[in-house]
Amino acid sequence: MQNDRLSVDLCGIRLDNPVIPASGTFGYGAEFAELYDINILGTFSFKGTTLEPRYGNPVPRIAECTAGMINAVGLQNPGVHHVISEELPRMKEYFHKPVMANVSGFSVEEYRETVSLLSEEEQVGWIELNISCPNVHGGGMSFGTDPKAAAEVVAAVKAVSKKSVIVKLTPNVTDIVSIAKACEAAGADGISLINTLLGMRIDLRTQKPVIRNVMGGFSGPAVFPVALRMVWQVSHAVSVPVVGMGGVSSAEDVLEMMMAGARAVEIGSANLVDPFACKKIIEALPETMDRFGIRTLRELVVSQPREC
Amino acid sequence: MKDSIFTVISNINLTELVLEMRLRGDTSAITNPGQFVNLKLPEFYLRRPISVADVTGDVLTIAYKVVGKGTASMAEIAAGTRLDILTGLGNGYDLTKAGEKPLLIGGGVGVPPLLWLAKKLREQEIPVDVVLGFNTASEVFYQECFEALGCRVEVTTADGSLGTKGFVTDAALFSEAHSYFYTCGPLPMLRAVYNGTDIDGEFSFEERMGCGFGACMGCSQKVRGGSKRICKDGPVLRKEEILWEN
Repeated sequence: MQNDRLSVDLCGIRLDNPVIPASGTFGYGAEFAELYDINILGTFSFKGTTLEPRYGNPVPRIAECTAGMINAVGLQNPGVHHVISEELPRMKEYFHKPVMANVSGFSVEEYRETVSLLSEEEQVGWIELNISCPNVHGGGMSFGTDPKAAAEVVAAVKAVSKKSVIVKLTPNVTDIVSIAKACEAAGADGISLINTLLGMRIDLRTQKPVIRNVMGGFSGPAVFPVALRMVWQVSHAVSVPVVGMGGVSSAEDVLEMMMAGARAVEIGSANLVDPFACKKIIEALPETMDRFGIRTLRELVVSQPREC
Repeated sequence: MKDSIFTVISNINLTELVLEMRLRGDTSAITNPGQFVNLKLPEFYLRRPISVADVTGDVLTIAYKVVGKGTASMAEIAAGTRLDILTGLGNGYDLTKAGEKPLLIGGGVGVPPLLWLAKKLREQEIPVDVVLGFNTASEVFYQECFEALGCRVEVTTADGSLGTKGFVTDAALFSEAHSYFYTCGPLPMLRAVYNGTDIDGEFSFEERMGCGFGACMGCSQKVRGGSKRICKDGPVLRKEEILWEN
């Protein structure tokens, strides 16, 4: 059975395969469900949700780079109440697996309230706690750059969440391992990384930043080696499952992430340039595994090195 | 939306910086004038969104201006090249609103989507007036294409080197009575049109996009009652929903 070759366990829930579209690159899945049956995915992480609706940053929000892009969307979302009353019921019609709810906030209290509401929802399998958004002033990343603040928000959220909490980390720190360890100690059920790297571009004609917000999050194939390195470091330092992401664009990249210690793999920017990216990667996994003599992804998980 | 491979038939200059590319492929997802396609160029990460200037059978025509490295590389593409293109993106213009005599107002590289719109309206034997605004005579393109469709066409140039001197809002046709208008062009032109007429109409907007199909929220624009994604809910917005702030 092909499913048996690809399936992995993420915090007690079986994924048919480790491929997970990353938050902010897949909306609520509707645009992709028009193109293919998105139930082939392991799961997906839906658009980052805050307590209140947010319009986000002024445009332009997008800039291109060599082998990547910069975004400064700024957590545009309709707010948790609208997500629960409108988006989740609609999603139920085309996605029948547990979904990952990505949550952002501006205070411990806000995180706690949003998680408490979303974790009640039957469709939600995991909370992905985004303490790493680079595009909002005081929006999450300030929690993700300090071990104490990270631990505080994780503990607060864990106290109310009925679902596993996977904490999404920013790479824009000196020592990501200390943040990951602090999250684990505070009760995190898993760690996902990396969010985008803070970057910018300047338009030579106007001599001004391309992005209206000046800086934004750099993602795409160019960041893959950085992401892989951090996934390796963190998965060697914590015992909870790690979800790897950052520039993953192929089945080979997925295997490489898992060899670095990832239990599952999120795919972000690739969805934006090729809406079929995740489907193609899932379909390519078995033959790619054959080429490298990998029978099941589970054996890859078991054989992951735990020491540096 | 469809993702398919198109083969370039021709890629020729209309002016010094504006080129017209004709491609053959599966055009079935392109249903409405004002929609756009998103081209994958081999050396670039993000796709290039370009409006549709015509669809005839399996032949897609786009026209684009060389403004950066991406469009400069497009200008070098030879006939026979195969390109990965997402088609049928965006809402497009609402042709049912045209009424008895609509006015089409295009500025610069905003002109191309209006050509297919004019063709569709003329197929319904609706009289169509067209105002085309450019900076100078050497930048004018597609005038004869609109005339060949039987449209009344007035060209304006900012420097007066061809047609009426001034902007599209200075055209005599702009002041005539019309049932509805459809427009596409640079933001200052759209604003001038918005402020310069009492009749109702539709505006096609441009914005830097990430995906082009509604997933990334990279091209949001505030509208009355909320916000819209220019790529998915637009690029065409109705006059009554537009807010000139972002």
